[in-house]
Amino acid sequence: MEINRIVELLKDSFGDAIIELAETKPDPYLKVNKDRITDICSYLSQEPQLGFDTLMILSGMDLGDKLAVVYHLYSLQHKHRIVLKAELPKDNPAVHTVESIWQAANWFEREAAEMYGITFIDHPDPRKLLLTEDWIGCPMRKDYVYPESWHGMPLKRPADEK
Amino acid sequence: MFDTEELVINMGPQHPSTHGVLRLVLKTDGEIVSEVVPYVGYLHRALEKIAERVTYIQFMPFTDRLDYLAAMNCNFAYAGAVEKLAGIEVPPRAQGLRVIFSELNRIASHLVFFGTCGLDLGAWTPLLYAFREREMVLELFEMTCGARLTYNYGRIGGVSFDIPPEFEKETLEFCDYFVPRIKEYNELLTGNRVFVHRTANVGVISQEQAKRYSLVGPNLRGSGIKFDLRKDEPYWGYEKYDFNVPVGAGEYGVVGDAWNRYWVRILEMTESVKIIRQALAQLPSGDIIAKVPKVFKPPVGEAYFRAESPRGETGFYIVSDGTQKPSRLRIRTGSFTGVSIIPEVGKGAMISDLVAIVGSMDIILPEIDR
Repeated sequence: MEINRIVELLKDSFGDAIIELAETKPDPYLKVNKDRITDICSYLSQEPQLGFDTLMILSGMDLGDKLAVVYHLYSLQHKHRIVLKAELPKDNPAVHTVESIWQAANWFEREAAEMYGITFIDHPDPRKLLLTEDWIGCPMRKDYVYPESWHGMPLKRPADEK
Repeated sequence: MFDTEELVINMGPQHPSTHGVLRLVLKTDGEIVSEVVPYVGYLHRALEKIAERVTYIQFMPFTDRLDYLAAMNCNFAYAGAVEKLAGIEVPPRAQGLRVIFSELNRIASHLVFFGTCGLDLGAWTPLLYAFREREMVLELFEMTCGARLTYNYGRIGGVSFDIPPEFEKETLEFCDYFVPRIKEYNELLTGNRVFVHRTANVGVISQEQAKRYSLVGPNLRGSGIKFDLRKDEPYWGYEKYDFNVPVGAGEYGVVGDAWNRYWVRILEMTESVKIIRQALAQLPSGDIIAKVPKVFKPPVGEAYFRAESPRGETGFYIVSDGTQKPSRLRIRTGSFTGVSIIPEVGKGAMISDLVAIVGSMDIILPEIDR
């Protein structure tokens, strides 16, 4: 199905929650309201003519003044794809989990949570994934300050001083 | 009577069957595993963060370190994503070379799978056979780009070196030599009674589970879903070649079990040989790299490109802000979702079956941790 037709269907069901289709090249993305993300995703996965049955990838992103979560969805039966982007404020970046729709989101969301400090509400297993449990800060944020040391081990090499 | 309680067993990070540094914490009741908790991240090198600090061109060697058994496929997938972002047309000869090297690397990677899958289950010999043939593939790579493991062969817009004159002859010789060897592997391991008993009906993944966990590549096809990016979203001229997409059919056991995931990979090697022969025969002459400026700045935009690698989908999501460095680069690899399904599949299995499940998923840890 064409991307414009999918967006029309979504607009019919969700109205204002579908903010706009950003015509970025080469892949456009659909900006959606973060509060309705679970409803939108379950509609996309359950509506037979859309049938988005897999989550290709879920990424966190730092937009400077805001954070974002990007969902790349694909339908194995209809062979079409869509990109959703939900923007979150930096002071309280929280969004509902989509883990109940695609279990693959479980680990993707754990990674986005530790790297960007995004809270996924109702996530069943909100532990860190790649970092150690006691890591401080959100390393993938643009304003991340590199730590001087970790558990007494210096992290700066002489070459970094120059 | 006796009191029984659950025993927590730590498997890994250094364990022969964990293919790198994967740590599994098992709760066991006797031989039965009641819960598996995987811990990953031991090889986390922050490649996505590094990508934001180096230029597009400089990031190429880092992609070698994702999946070191199939570095060619990672190189080309990254190059493909940047080309999609910048709208670069890859010359036909470079496309043909990419196909040849992708498929050769697929064979090399599946050979390691064949060897280690047997090794995990106690069969020593297949590993020696597999590495004998893999050596020949590595020699073909060495002949072309000088490296045997981390090739750095892909370039944005093409590849770095043309093939040497003797490459075509030696590759065809390898193909002729290799196809009968697959029959040998089948006699050695595939139909082996012990191997079949260890893998058939073990770790069954239903189609529904495979979709929900976004499994890709041979793990998805082992569950009977016919989806291959080379057929369904052809790139680099894959639509020109005639090949089949093997799916699990349940010759032994049921569709979606460890044996079917294994069998799909063995069949794929034959298909790869078919593609290599056709690609060599049709290889056009001409440039091997498109004209790309030295100071490379793709236009503002974002792209997600994925290619079929031995472990499924290797995808790159790149957001460009018009500068020399990506604003965001996200890497999707096949093993990531492959490991995330282990807690669900491993529940209720025997400890020794868990080894078969992990072995049959063909996971590789550096591409999970990145």
